[in-house]
Amino acid sequence: MRLEPRAHPPLALTLAAPVAAAALALLICALPLAWAGAPVLAAYGRILQGALGSVFALTETLARATPLILTGLAAAVAFRAKLWNIGAEGQLYAGALAAVAVGSGALGLSGLLLMPAVVLVGALAGALLLLVPALLKVRLGVDEVVTTLLLNFVVLLFVQMMLEGPLQDPMGMGWPQSPPVLPEAELPELLPRTRLHLGLVIALVLAGLAWLYTTRTVFGFEARAVGANVEAARYAGMPVARVLLRTALISGALAGIAGASEVAGLKGYLTQDLSPGFGYAGIVVAMLAQLNPLGCIASALFVAGVFVGADSMSRALGVSSYLANLIVATALLTMLLATLVTRYRLRRS
Amino acid sequence: MGVPVERSAPEESMSGPVLRLAGITRRFGDVLANDGISLELAVGEILALLGENGAGKTTLMNVLFGHYLADSGTIEVAGSDGALRPLRPGAPRAALDAGIGMVHQHFALADNLSALDNVVLGTEPLLRPLRHRVAARERIKALMARSGLTVDLDAPIRALSVGERQRVEILKALYRDARILILDEPTAVLTPQETDELFVILQGLAARGLAIVFISHKLGEVLALSRRIVVLRAGKVVAGLLTGEAGREQLAELMVGRPVPPTVREPLDPGRPVLELEDVDVDHADGRPSLREVTLAVREREIVGIAGVAGNGQAGLADLLSGLLRVSRGTVRLCGEDARTWQPATFAARRIARIPEDRERHGVIAEMSIWENLALADRQRPEVQRLGWLRRGAMRARAGHIMATYDVRAQGPDAKVGLLSGGNMQKLILGRELERDPPFILADQPTRGLDVGAVADVHRRLLAARAQGAGILLISEDLDELLAIADRIAVLHRGRLSAALPTEQLSVRALGLMMAHAA
Repeated sequence: MRLEPRAHPPLALTLAAPVAAAALALLICALPLAWAGAPVLAAYGRILQGALGSVFALTETLARATPLILTGLAAAVAFRAKLWNIGAEGQLYAGALAAVAVGSGALGLSGLLLMPAVVLVGALAGALLLLVPALLKVRLGVDEVVTTLLLNFVVLLFVQMMLEGPLQDPMGMGWPQSPPVLPEAELPELLPRTRLHLGLVIALVLAGLAWLYTTRTVFGFEARAVGANVEAARYAGMPVARVLLRTALISGALAGIAGASEVAGLKGYLTQDLSPGFGYAGIVVAMLAQLNPLGCIASALFVAGVFVGADSMSRALGVSSYLANLIVATALLTMLLATLVTRYRLRRS
Repeated sequence: MGVPVERSAPEESMSGPVLRLAGITRRFGDVLANDGISLELAVGEILALLGENGAGKTTLMNVLFGHYLADSGTIEVAGSDGALRPLRPGAPRAALDAGIGMVHQHFALADNLSALDNVVLGTEPLLRPLRHRVAARERIKALMARSGLTVDLDAPIRALSVGERQRVEILKALYRDARILILDEPTAVLTPQETDELFVILQGLAARGLAIVFISHKLGEVLALSRRIVVLRAGKVVAGLLTGEAGREQLAELMVGRPVPPTVREPLDPGRPVLELEDVDVDHADGRPSLREVTLAVREREIVGIAGVAGNGQAGLADLLSGLLRVSRGTVRLCGEDARTWQPATFAARRIARIPEDRERHGVIAEMSIWENLALADRQRPEVQRLGWLRRGAMRARAGHIMATYDVRAQGPDAKVGLLSGGNMQKLILGRELERDPPFILADQPTRGLDVGAVADVHRRLLAARAQGAGILLISEDLDELLAIADRIAVLHRGRLSAALPTEQLSVRALGLMMAHAA
């Protein structure tokens, strides 16, 4: 048996492969589920129901998908230019911090301007945070994988410092949390009495814009060229450093908006556990989507559904919710296998 | 032993075949890469497998070596008793055991290991490796003495020249007792001198009974080295003939399938200078000197050739004229302007054509489409974008036009450039660069790795651009090419450039001497 590249992967296969991959992941995860003592079929039924089974479940999944779409886009845009931004988590917190600082009235802004201002400063904070490693990369050749990853911890500690210091809620009984954002700063609910908020619309619009940017604009063209072959791009006269900095600003801003949207749309205030690793999960979302911005919507929904469903399943059956992480990770691996199958064919000896 | 110690004259031992391929067919999707190919190889024979890129030469050898499986057909190899036995298909191990050695175009050597380690790699027994090494060294030394393939066995591969690395590859095969040696385009990376040395060695090995398959598309080399020639075209054997009975033009026609008109360089009166280098020093990015006191002028309507062994400053000259490197001293004027500080983008903006040496590294982006590759340098021009939005329809139409004009064969403007053959890729680059109507053209090894038909195309295009008024600087290691289309030729040696002499006063021999010694 050997692998041979396919010249033209058939469309049916391209569409069926991800579905088969998800099914395979569930099949593999049956083993640890059974090991954890859960009835496998019932557990998957619970996951499905918990993710999609009711209006409430659906809105929960959509609300969870919102930050994942944004961090997924952040990773997709950056990775396309081979700018390895592993720091979406930190950029998300930077965005959330800036959003809370503005949204809780610290700048004296109020009224209609406040909500857009919250999103904008969130974007700005995320963008500026990624600009630092990007500058180090283009000026001094510092590996951005290391710097962006380590900055996540710096930002988290800085957030802690702020929440235990200047940004601590005076009414918070000493908890390390920020004052709540003003009502004018909140992203409105899309459906009453759910956690679904305007952030989802923002994420969907940005996914569309990111797709247009990547495929239809000169800027996106340059970013793709730099990512695919930086030497040919330089030879053709592309300003490689400028392209990377531009990419960093866009990617960081997307992750920053994820933080602002979580604060202003969902939580209302900032704590240190705002994100259960949305920044890192964004990398999975982007890889599952093969860096396609529109694909990020679908893969974010899948990842969010698994997380929300597994949460509900673990509560109902009394097994660890870490199984959700396991399912998502397995799905990533099987999805990579699926892309291999679409690109290559097996030939029997 | 790899090479039978003493054999009588090869003619006597050429009785039975050592290898027989019968009806080999291999299909890749819709393409028949090999279509019922049969051939025989005798002991002590050098057989040239001649064909254009994509004719199926490499596929055939990969089938033989077990890298690919044939859809049908049989392979038989003679054992030590001389009787032909079928070779287990699809198993490189079986091919090795049957005494087939292969030297690929791209070497398979470990850069950080010594030459000795590379030769021995994969043959060491698990127990007592040290003792094995001592014995191995003796055996390799004996092989080197007999074959003339001398290399420093203790030097790491990365410290060896390309020619020396190739010797290590051949030694590897001989060390494994190869009786059949397959060389895939072995001269593509060699200088004329190294090529001559390789041929002497190969002839010596054949005289000792080694059967050699020499894969090439270079007519001169095939005629110089082989005893018999098999010509492949579009996956089929179109001719098999003795080298003594073959003519150059006949072979070219067999390969291409139509008569190849010889390139004719009409004399033209050169105009004003477009490129002027005066007393130029260039250093590599790491500070090593590249060019020293180079002075050169290229005028309108002339092609100036730069000959020289690779590594004598060609890279520095090409990088300087692409905007990748700057002069440390001296003046550079292009089209009358001071070009010392030009960036790659400036060259593109001034409509200067650059044909890079390494197509896939600098020339194209393999995973992007044809129309995107055509727009790389022109992305700011109004034909390509409006207010920052790509004009995809216009770009596709332009790609279709260039593909038709320059005979780029691909499925369409959306095809990935990585799927094109080397010749089509080069025609695409030529189309992109020449379509700007350039005043100056830098052509760095423009025909490297291309087949006869594509080479003729490139030469025709460059001569046409010359007639249109362009000044062309042609850097090439192919002396025949320089003598065919250059008006004047200068030789680069250790970063210094000789005066450019009119081609009429030069010959391959004279250039070879100039390249070897300071001119």
